[in-house]
Amino acid sequence: MSGATLKIAEELIRRIEAHGAETFPHECCGALLGRDGDSGREVCELLPLANRREDSPRNRFELTPEDVRLAEKTARDKQLGLLGWYHSHPNAPARPSEFDREHAWPWYSYIIVSVQSGEPKEMTSWRLRDDRAGYDPEGIETASRCSAKP
Amino acid sequence: MPVKVIIPTPLRAYAGKQESVELQAGTVGEALTALTGRFGELRKHLYADDGRLRSFVNVYVNDEDIRYLQKDQTQVREGDTISIVPSIAGGASR
Repeated sequence: MSGATLKIAEELIRRIEAHGAETFPHECCGALLGRDGDSGREVCELLPLANRREDSPRNRFELTPEDVRLAEKTARDKQLGLLGWYHSHPNAPARPSEFDREHAWPWYSYIIVSVQSGEPKEMTSWRLRDDRAGYDPEGIETASRCSAKP
Repeated sequence: MPVKVIIPTPLRAYAGKQESVELQAGTVGEALTALTGRFGELRKHLYADDGRLRSFVNVYVNDEDIRYLQKDQTQVREGDTISIVPSIAGGASR
């Protein structure tokens, strides 16, 4: 998957950053909805979700299968696909942890935003390798916002 | 009997790019065994090294989570739909 790129509008990047700042010092999370085709992968909509991990939300996030089913349905209703997930790393770098890797799925895009002392900083995106041994970085390319079904 | 297994998007590449697969099975366990028998690459994404389903792999029969039924012994009938639904988790180390 080396060389993969994720297109996303500046407006949506700002919303992920704002979500990370809002929930700081806890991790935020949400779904990336959009299109994946021959012309690449582009995020058209976000679905912010609640972090279900109540025991250690400062360094963990979790979504239930019901959240995943909701994200899939929301994408279908908008004639989009569920492309992946975003989450924040409060006071930690925007790099996938070993815990991230153990729980990741292939194909999905995983956006991570580092939030330092409440301020959003670096944002990165990753895809798990087929053999689950690690991640490949995915370039983030700002683009005009793609439209979803209203 | 024939049952349909819905493959989640991240695993379709390992299942012939299909959204769903029709299989002959009497229980959920038989269906998953048949599925991973047909598509061996799926195994490492569904099962941990100890042979158990990964904790973040959820299986539904129609709209019921099999953890609240008879788990992999849950019986399936003709026309039932088995869905594999990921849980999503992660977070910064420390």
